[in-house]
Amino acid sequence: MAIITVENLHKTYGTRVAVDDVSFSVDEGEIFGIVGRNGAGKTTTVECIAGLRTPSSGTVNVDADLKQQVGVQLQDCSLPDKIRVGEAMALYASFYARPADWRELLAEVGLDPRKSFAKLSGGQRQRLSIALALVGNPRIAILDELTTGLDPQARRDTWELITRMRDRGVTVILVSHFMEEVERLCDRVAVISGGRVLALDTPAGLVAQVSGGQRIVFRTSSSVEPLKSLPEVTGVTVDGDEVVVTGTADVLTAVVNVLPASQMSGLRMDRTTLDDAFLTLTGQPAS
Amino acid sequence: MTTIIRTPGLGRLAAVESRLFLREPLAVFFAIGLPAALLLILGSAIPSFRDPSPELGGLRPVDAQLPGMMVLLSVATLALSTLPTALVVYRERGVLRRMSTTPVRPAALLAVQLGINAVVAVVATTLTLVLGHLVLDAPFPRALFGFTVVVVLGAVAMFALGLFLAAVAPNSRIVQGVGAGALFPLLFFAGMWLPRDLMPEALRRVSDFTPTGAFGQGLVDTLGGHAPSALHLAVMAGWAVVAVIAAARSFRWQ
Repeated sequence: MAIITVENLHKTYGTRVAVDDVSFSVDEGEIFGIVGRNGAGKTTTVECIAGLRTPSSGTVNVDADLKQQVGVQLQDCSLPDKIRVGEAMALYASFYARPADWRELLAEVGLDPRKSFAKLSGGQRQRLSIALALVGNPRIAILDELTTGLDPQARRDTWELITRMRDRGVTVILVSHFMEEVERLCDRVAVISGGRVLALDTPAGLVAQVSGGQRIVFRTSSSVEPLKSLPEVTGVTVDGDEVVVTGTADVLTAVVNVLPASQMSGLRMDRTTLDDAFLTLTGQPAS
Repeated sequence: MTTIIRTPGLGRLAAVESRLFLREPLAVFFAIGLPAALLLILGSAIPSFRDPSPELGGLRPVDAQLPGMMVLLSVATLALSTLPTALVVYRERGVLRRMSTTPVRPAALLAVQLGINAVVAVVATTLTLVLGHLVLDAPFPRALFGFTVVVVLGAVAMFALGLFLAAVAPNSRIVQGVGAGALFPLLFFAGMWLPRDLMPEALRRVSDFTPTGAFGQGLVDTLGGHAPSALHLAVMAGWAVVAVIAAARSFRWQ
């Protein structure tokens, strides 16, 4: 069941069009990804959902109390240097009608309540930011670029937190330009470019949409011409001394029937990643 | 205003913000420590400050001129430096933006900041009067009602100017620079270095229409037992109204 519905969202700042025409709906309990390059309109879209900006036209429908039940983690939002972690959590908890237990949340994100904000590392600040977005016990959490600037370990810890969030039944909107993150966490993904939704599918669905399936790479001294006529093969390219063959699920079997494995060396199958899919969809790399 | 007072968590917000204020030793020093120290040091070290002066209507400088300037220094520092810097830093760092995603509106934070600075101004004023009385044998304000009116009106005008500054300053570096840059001429017009009684007529006339000139003279008058002049009350009220309107029109939360 949809908890958020966005229809023909359009937002301009002066003459600049930030969001041109965006429509999607988010189901209760899912992790919904919004990906796109910088300036694609991701942040404006989620700010309209959070009620921080008014759409120029189009509608945004959120089936929850925006202030009480939507937790938001925005980019570039910090806290006063001298505030202690516990103070900030207790303060923000006091704003809500039915807050979560902030001590429990802090323990979950592994932060010391006595530490002051200025002494936190980048990863710790992001974790505090997530904890603050969750302190009101929200039904929906909007997380904007929350792993940008984190080291790989901190990023993995953050992913773990988001997964646990979903396990509690929180609906999550995750804005990101890390394809690995989106592929791992999201149930569905909207690819946004130039203020429009280019594609909307599961991560696997997006990959299938653009690659059509498998990709095998090998070296051979034999001719690869016969492969081109196989029905399972969608493309053959020679890249230096490497041959790249793309095709449907059965491409590998079809290829070795024509070109025995004894005539190939360095055979490997590559998985098409969401990164590749993004590149094909938008014509440019994600980051 | 009533919606701000009924805000959930407002008490805790005020408590946390007060603690944060007290954790900034420089803010406390400039608002409370410096005026009190200057009062005691100048009042004790300069013998002529404790002699009745014909230019001051037979009062000693430590009776009205010096404490009046110290009260003004404290209010002006809070209003033009401490408050606007805090607000601009909060805006710059996204503290106001984060708050706008919660049930509490960022206006509550502005109200709490104003309240804290007002309380600190009252503490500094009281401390100046009490220390002046105990150490320098200065009388408590002989026109207490008039003194209170001047302090309130002057503080409103100064804080409104500070809010306007916070509203238009693009970043914290500029707000600090402009705040400090405005503070010195304003203190000069108030008579901080050259008492208004000793100013040339033309300069005093200009000073009459500055917010600090009117405020400073109002303080010195009422500390000396006189009623504040209608002109100075009107000048302070005028600055207050203009600055409040300008600040409200230009304030940005992000």
